[in-house]
Amino acid sequence: MALPDVKQSATEARLATLRMPEAGCTRDAREAALARLRAMGLPGRRDEYWKYTRPDTLISPEAPKAEVFHTDEPMVFDGFDRLKIVFVDGVFSPEDSDDLTLEGVSIDRLEDICCKDIHWAKQLYGVLEERGQTPVQRPLAALNTAFAQDGVAIHVTGKPSKPISLIYRHDSESSDAILHHVIRVESGAEVTILENGPAASRFNKCIEIDIADGGTLHHVRAQGRDHQRRAATHMFTRLGKDSVYKSFTLTVNGVLTRNEQVVELTGDDAVAHVAGACVGDGDFHHDDTVFITHDAVNCESRQVFKKVLRNGATGVFQGKILVKEGAQKTDGYQISQSLLLDDDSQFLAKPELEIYADDVACSHGSTSGAIDETALFYLRSRGVPAKEATNMLTLAFLAEAVEEIEDEALAEDIVSRLEGWLARHS
Amino acid sequence: MLEIKNLHVKLEEEEKQILKGVDLTVEAGKVHAIMGPNGSGKSTLSYVLSGRDGYEVTEGSATLDGADLLEMEPEERAAAGLFLAFQYPVEIPGVGNMTFLRTAVNAQRKARGEEELSAADFLKLVREKAKSLKIDADMLKRPVNVGFSGGEKKRNEILQMAMLEPKMCILDETDSGLDVDAMKLVAEGVNALRDEGRGFLVITHYQRLLDHIKPDVVHIMADGRIVKTGGPELALEVENNGYADILAEVN
Ligand SMILES: Nc1ncnc2c1ncn2[C@@H]1O[C@H](COP(=O)(O)OP(=O)(O)O)[C@@H](O)[C@H]1O
Ligand SMILES: [Mg+2]
Repeated sequence: MALPDVKQSATEARLATLRMPEAGCTRDAREAALARLRAMGLPGRRDEYWKYTRPDTLISPEAPKAEVFHTDEPMVFDGFDRLKIVFVDGVFSPEDSDDLTLEGVSIDRLEDICCKDIHWAKQLYGVLEERGQTPVQRPLAALNTAFAQDGVAIHVTGKPSKPISLIYRHDSESSDAILHHVIRVESGAEVTILENGPAASRFNKCIEIDIADGGTLHHVRAQGRDHQRRAATHMFTRLGKDSVYKSFTLTVNGVLTRNEQVVELTGDDAVAHVAGACVGDGDFHHDDTVFITHDAVNCESRQVFKKVLRNGATGVFQGKILVKEGAQKTDGYQISQSLLLDDDSQFLAKPELEIYADDVACSHGSTSGAIDETALFYLRSRGVPAKEATNMLTLAFLAEAVEEIEDEALAEDIVSRLEGWLARHS
Repeated sequence: MLEIKNLHVKLEEEEKQILKGVDLTVEAGKVHAIMGPNGSGKSTLSYVLSGRDGYEVTEGSATLDGADLLEMEPEERAAAGLFLAFQYPVEIPGVGNMTFLRTAVNAQRKARGEEELSAADFLKLVREKAKSLKIDADMLKRPVNVGFSGGEKKRNEILQMAMLEPKMCILDETDSGLDVDAMKLVAEGVNALRDEGRGFLVITHYQRLLDHIKPDVVHIMADGRIVKTGGPELALEVENNGYADILAEVN
C-alpha cells in the first residue's frame, strides 16, 4: 500500500539528512531496516499509536535546539563502582570511558563487531527490532537500526562484579544522536546495566536484549536533567526459559520523551518487570509505551508506571499485555497511575489486555488523582510543613515503582534524585 | 492554656451550622472530658482546633497560651504544642511509620528553633516509648497505619503524642474500638504524660475510659454547645442514665 503523500514526504525529508554508516556486516540489516522504514513511513499525528504524543519534533529533519544543562552537583550513580562507557552527543568517547575489560562480559564497539567477527551480535542486530514491528509499527526503531552512528555490543557470559554503566553526555545544543546497542546474556549469566544522561538535544536509542535460558538482566536508567532535550527510545527484549528482565526508568525534566519497551516472553517460567517513575513540571511530555507478549507457560510480567505532573505537564501510558494461545498460567500485572499536582496537568492512559489462553491471571488498573487531602492534613497536624508533607506523599506515591529496583543502594540513589527534584520544584 | 470562646462553626460548602457557641477553658495540668451524643459536634471541634479544611469559623475565638490558633496553619498549631489523636487515624501507604515519626519530631523541633534529634537518639527514644505501648518493631517499620487493627491505630496515635510531647492534647474517641486491655495501655500512655504543664481534652462516648483517665472536669456537648459542666460524677450520671435526662433538664 502506498504511503499517504504527507507521510512519504516527511519520511524522505528526514532521510535526506541521514547517512548510513559504512557498516560492513550490519549493512544488510541496515538496508532491510531502511526498506521497512520506507514502507511504514515515519509516525504521523494521525497514527493511532501516536494519538497522545506528537511525533513532529522527533521526525523533523533537524533536531530542535536544546540548551545543555550544567551542574556541579553529583550525578546519578556517582560513587557506584561500575564500568563506565561514555558517549558524548551520541559518539563513543574512549578518553572518558573505562577500559572495557571485565571478567564475565565482553564489550565491543558496534563498528568493531565485523572486523572482530562477533557472530552473536551480527545475528542479533536489527532482529528483535524487526520482530517488534508486528503487530504495531515502530518506525523510529527501524530508522535507528538503519542509521545508528554508534553503540556497543555487550556479551554477558558470567556474573561481572560491577554494573556496566552507559553514560550519555550532552555537549552540543543541536546534537542529534542515534545509538544502537545489542546485549546478549548467556545461560545462567547475570548483569546490571545502568544508563544515564540526556545524550543529545534529540536522542533516538534502541537496545536489543536477548536473554538466554536462566539469564538475568537488571536495568536502571535515569534520563538526565536537561529541560529541552527530546528522546525516543526502544528496548526490545526477548526472554528464554527461567530468565529474568527487570527494568526501571527515572525521568525528570525533558520536554519530550517516548520510551517504548517491547518484551517477548518466549521460554517458560520467565519473569519480566518494567517500571518507571517520572516527575514533570511545565513543558514536559512523557510517554511510556509498553508491549508485553506472553508466548510461553507460567511466565510473570509486571508493569508499574507512576507519573507526577504539574503546571501543564502531560503523562501518557500505553500498555499492553498480549497472552498468546497456549501461554497458560500467565501472571500479568499492569498498573499506571498519575498524581496531578494541579488542574492544568493531564494523564492519558490506554491500558490493554488481549488474551488467547484460558488459564491466566491478568489485571490492570489506571488511576489519576490529586494529593490525598486527608493524609496531607494528618501529616501537617503532626507538625510537618505543607510542602514537606506534599513531597512525602509524592515520594510515597512513586514508591511502588521505585521498589521495583532490586538493588537497595541503586533504589536509594534514585529516591535521592527524586527528593532533589522535589526540593527544587516546590 | 486552651481557651475557646463563643465558637461558631459552619461547613464551608454548605449552610450547615455545626458549632453554635462553644465556651471552654482547659487549664494547664488539668484533664477535661467532653461527652455527648453522636453528631453533637465533638469531632468538628477537634478538627477546627487543629486546622482542618472545610469548616468556617463564623464567630468566636480559640487560643493556646494566648496565641490565636485560628490564624495558624495546622503545622504551626502543632509546633505551638497542640496535638489531636484522631478518631479515625489516617492510613498513608508508602510512608514508613518511623520516617513519619522522625520527620514530625524534627519538623516541630526545627519550627521551635531547637536542634534536630540525631538518628541514634531518635531511635532510642522511639523504641522506649513504643515498648511501653506494646508497639513492636514491625509496626514501626510498616507504612503509617496501613494494615493496623483498630487498636493498633489508636496506640500509634498515643505513640505520636508521646514522641511529640505536646502541651495540649486532644483525644477524639481514642477508646472506641478498643478492648479492655488495649484501653488500659492507652490510658497508661496518657497518664504517663500527665503533668502540671500539660492540658488534656478527652472526647469520649463512654464513661469507661474515664475510669482509667480520671478527669478533673466533665462537659456535656449537645447540638453544637456545651450544655452542662461538672465533676467526674457527671460522667457516671451519663453512664447510668444516658443523655436523655441531662438534655431534658437543659432544654
Ligand atoms: N465535613 C462534613 N460534611 C457534612 N457534615 C458534617 C461534616 N463534618 C461534620 N458534619 C456534621 O456535623 C455534625 C457533627 O459531627 P461530628 O463533629 O462528627 O460529631 P460527633 O463527633 O460529636 O459525633 C453531624 O451532623 C455531622 O454529620
Ligand atoms: Mg466524633
